[in-house]
Formats: sequence, structure tokens, C-alpha cells
Amino acid sequence: MDWVPIAWLGGIAFGFAVFSVVAGALTGPRRYNRAKLQAYECGIEPTPQPVGGGRFPVKYYLTAMLFIVFDIEIVFLYPWAVAFDSLGLFGLIEMVLFIATVFVAFAYVWRRGGLEWD
Amino acid sequence: MTVAAVVSAASVPAASVSAAAADSIPAPHIEYGVLSPLFVVFGAAVLGVLVEAFAPRAARWAVQVGLTVLGLVGAFVAVVLVASSDDWKGARAVVAEGAVTVDGPTLFLQGTILLLAFVAVLLLAERRLDPGPSGAFAAQASTVPGSPGEREATRAGAAQTEVFPLTLFAVGGMLLFPAANDLLVAFVALEVLSLPLYLLCGLARRRRLLSQEAAMKYFLLGAFSSAFFLYGIALLYGYAGSIRLSEIADAATQAQGSDVLLLSGVGLVTVGLLFKAGAAPFHAWTPDVYQGAPTAVTAFMAACTKVAAFGALLRIYYVAFGGLKWEWRPLMWGVAILTMLVGAVISLTQQDVKRMLAYSSIAHAGFVLVGVLAADDAGLRGVLFYLLAYGFATIGAFAVVTMVRDPAGEATHLSQWAGLGRRSPLVAGAFAIFLLSFAGIPLTSGFMSKYAVFSAALDGGASPVVVVAVLASVVAAFFYVRVIVLMFFSEPAADGPTVAVPSILTTVALALGVTVTLVLGVIPQPVLDLAGDAAAFVR
Repeated sequence: MDWVPIAWLGGIAFGFAVFSVVAGALTGPRRYNRAKLQAYECGIEPTPQPVGGGRFPVKYYLTAMLFIVFDIEIVFLYPWAVAFDSLGLFGLIEMVLFIATVFVAFAYVWRRGGLEWD
Repeated sequence: MTVAAVVSAASVPAASVSAAAADSIPAPHIEYGVLSPLFVVFGAAVLGVLVEAFAPRAARWAVQVGLTVLGLVGAFVAVVLVASSDDWKGARAVVAEGAVTVDGPTLFLQGTILLLAFVAVLLLAERRLDPGPSGAFAAQASTVPGSPGEREATRAGAAQTEVFPLTLFAVGGMLLFPAANDLLVAFVALEVLSLPLYLLCGLARRRRLLSQEAAMKYFLLGAFSSAFFLYGIALLYGYAGSIRLSEIADAATQAQGSDVLLLSGVGLVTVGLLFKAGAAPFHAWTPDVYQGAPTAVTAFMAACTKVAAFGALLRIYYVAFGGLKWEWRPLMWGVAILTMLVGAVISLTQQDVKRMLAYSSIAHAGFVLVGVLAADDAGLRGVLFYLLAYGFATIGAFAVVTMVRDPAGEATHLSQWAGLGRRSPLVAGAFAIFLLSFAGIPLTSGFMSKYAVFSAALDGGASPVVVVAVLASVVAAFFYVRVIVLMFFSEPAADGPTVAVPSILTTVALALGVTVTLVLGVIPQPVLDLAGDAAAFVR
């Protein structure tokens, strides 16, 4: 029965989500304006597109991709930081190598103008 | 139960983790020497990215070409050094905590891939045939074809020198793919070799839309097949409780667990591997991608990807699924027969040289599968030899394709090749040698490689497949001979294409192709012996 607390936690999370959505819908005021109909933090207007697929700025995707690279780096850094003592010198060297390799990619993006917004 | 109870229950594992953190985790044992070919290639690729970032624009092309050639040669030297030491024999072949196996077939395949990649890079670096700052590659791949932005980039002399680091990354993945000793490493290697290839396909300067279409098709279908491969890995892990090839083999021998899980896992992994190898019914991408990609990239793909994919197929089939021979052989019989027939018969109707060579590569994938069917060391030896011989011949053939040009670029329509032998007998002669090798005519490498795989398959009890293989060879030979007749015995058109004079790079690549094709046809024994010595997988 070790998993019962997890089931409880899942139930609470689900209940909270349902409560928030339902309570918001029941109690909140409804005042629509143009800004509310726009895409939420998604960069481009999804519609209408010209026939044959319109062009859209690629800058947003570059930034998003860089963010993901940073994100992945953190995903690897975090457990390493937690287990730093037990991993020892080998872990340190591997991590420096990893960060250096990621840094090469950023140096490339920076020099080739990937960080310039316009 | 309250929230506090949940929190206290959750804190128990955290406490045990902090207790365990006191004692140290042993560092993994990595055999850097045996893995050095990989490190050299990946190191050169990372340096290449730095060159892109910091080298002045004018110097980039020369520096990148030099660095790439240096990386490939250095890695080949490393492979030779490892092979001449004893580190790859016996149990010591399994390195990096069991993730990678560096045994005879690995070293032979890695050497083959590096040699072929070297020749392909010579073609990639050719700038005289298609004058411009980056040869056959788009000045700026991200611009829309025919747009003002593209013209501006061309005028400004922008050059796409990323081609070379991308090639090196792909080669690195190819070196790892046949060496992978567990399925996850194989998957990572598959992606490392595939992603740069998807990009490279879309970089052609001429016929940009066709090139981008090829890249898109290759990417979508490749991602799809990778998903199959990954799902197969998951099922096999579910069956064996391990992703290590030898442990999957052990679990299959003991026949514990559900056969459905095992066989569907084998099937899905097979889909992923056969896709990369370009075998029917997973071949549909091959003609479009081979036609659309820049010809030098097509040469690189046709030769090196095939070697890597068949290397991994061999290792996974012989090591992990060796005990299941009786289950997978009927399936492979079908795949081999279908691949040979599709490749040989459809190539008959092709009007484009690159598509014709693509279908020819499908047919050859079928012939290689005949060697895989033998499922013993003789078959392995035959396949290793076949891949080397076919790789050199196919790069040579695509090198000829880059040289036959009209004002619009490469003249790939077969009718334009009529009478080529009268205009430039040397180039047409070289192409004829490659076609004869594809057809398996004696005194070319194609004959010896077909003989090696077919005889191994006969001894392995796959005689019906060998009969079909010989028939398919005859059908294909008819077509190759028709092209030779077209080149030498028909009148050249008045406004036909000319054979451009290439720089030393393409010349060397072509000469290497012809030399290897003829030498392996006349005195194949040293290389056959080398392949024979190498041909035993370490589990």
C-alpha cells in the first residue's frame, strides 16, 4: 500500500484543477476584448494564413530552441549538483566537458547573429 | 490521510538519498584508446562549429575542408592503431561499461565508413564544377528559393560551410551505430547520424525546391521510422528487462516471458533498421531523397549510411536475435526477395540517372540482405566486403553525375547522356566500369561481392533466395548494359550536356572509385581475408 499517498496527491491535484476551472467559470466576470482573443504566449497569429502557407518569423523558434537547450542543461546540472560529493572528480570533468560543448553551440549562435532580434 | 501524512511519506525516499550521498559513486571505466576514432571525429566536428563562429569568412571554406579531412584521416589512423593492438579481441572488446563493442566487425565497418566519408568529402568540397562561394550548396539555406533574399546572399558571397561539421557529426553517428552494444546507444547513434543528413539533403543550390522537398520527406519518414525503432526497444526491454544485446539474446534463449512482446519488439526494431538501409517495403523515400539532395550528399548517404545501417542490422540480428534465427529468417527471406525485385524491376523504367542509381541502391540493399540471411561468419564476411566494394563504386558513379552538366546544372535525364562515350570516353568509361560492377560482371568488385554473399547464403541454406537474387541481378544487368549502350553506341544530341572539367578533388574521388572497383575485382583476396579475420561478433 506504499502508493496510497501518491494516489492521494494525484487526487488532490486533480481536484484542485477541476475546482479552479469550475470556480473561475462560475465566479469570474466576462469582459472580452481583442487582446483576450489573441494567441497566448505563442508567438504568431495562427489564422488567417494566405493561400499556400504564409511566412512567419523564425526568430521566436530560435529563441525557444535556445531555451530548450538551456533547460536540458539544467536538467543535467541539477542531479549532478545534488550528487556532487559522491561523483567526485570524474563527475566534475564530465560536467565541464558537457557545459563546454553546449557553450560551443551558443558561441556559434551568438557569432552568426542568432541572438539579434532584428 | 492528511496532507501532512503525504508529505512525511514523500520525505522518506529523500532521507535515504541523502544518506547514500555520503559514500561515493564509482566513476565509470571508459576505454578512451579503443574509442578514440569516435572522439577524433566528434572533436573535429565541435572544432568545426567553432571555426564557423570565429574564423573570418574568407578563410572558412579552406579551414573547414582541411579540418574535416584531418579529422577523418586521424580517425582512420586511430582505427588502424586499435586494430593492430590486441585490445579488441575477446572480452576486452566490450567497452564503456558495456555500452559499446569494439570488435572485428566494428573496426572493419568503422574503417570502411571513414574511407568512404573521405572520398565523399572530396566531392562535397568541389567548387570548380559549380562556381560559387560554396560550390553545389546554397549560399544561405534558410532563404526562400528564388527570393530577393537569396540573390542578396549569393551576391554577398555567403557560403554554407556548415556542410562540413554536419558531415562530421553524421560520420560520428555512423561510427557509433554499428558498434552499439545496447539498443539505447544504437538509438542515440541513429539520431546523431540522421539529423545532420536531413539538413544536408536540403542544401542544394540548384533545384532548391526539389532539394527542400527531399529534406522534408526524409525528415518526416525518418522521424517516423525512428519512432518505430524506439517502440521496438521499449517492447524488447519489457521482454528481457535489459537493453543490452547479449542479455536480450539470453532472455530469448531461455524463452521466459511473452513471445508476442519479443516478436513485436524484433519486428519494430527491424522496421527502423530496414528504413535506414533502404530495403523494401521501407524504401519509398530513397528515390526522392537521392534525386533531390545535392549529388555529393547523395553519394555520402548512399555509401556511408548504408554501411552504418547494415553494420547495426548485422550486430543486432546476429548478437541479440541470433537465437531467434528460425523466427526472423522467413521474414528476412521475404524482405530480401521483395527488395531485390522492387529495386531491379523499377530501375528499368527510370529516366533520371540519380533515380536510377537510387533504385540500384535498393536492389543492392536486397543483395546485402541475402548475405545477412546466411546468419554465420561467412555471410558476415561477404557483407563486409560487399559494403566496402559497393560504397566505392556508388560514390564514383555519383561523382560522374556531378560532372555531366548543361547550363542549368547537372544533366540527370538519361536521354541527355546519349552519346556521352563519344564526347568524353574517359568519364563515360569510368561510369561504365561502375555500372558493370553494379551488374556483377567478373573482374569488377561487384562480381566478387555478389559471389561472396550468394555463396555464403547457399551454404546457409537460403538457396531459393539466391535463385531470386541471381535472376534480379540479370534483370538489373540488362538495364545497366542498356545505359552503357546508350552512352557509347548512340548519336550525341546537338545541344547535349558537356562533361565539365573538375578540380583535383573530384578527379581524385573518381580515380579512387575506379581503382578500388577494379583492384577488388582482380585481387580481392587481401580484403576478403581482412574481412574474414574481422568477421566474428563479440557478445
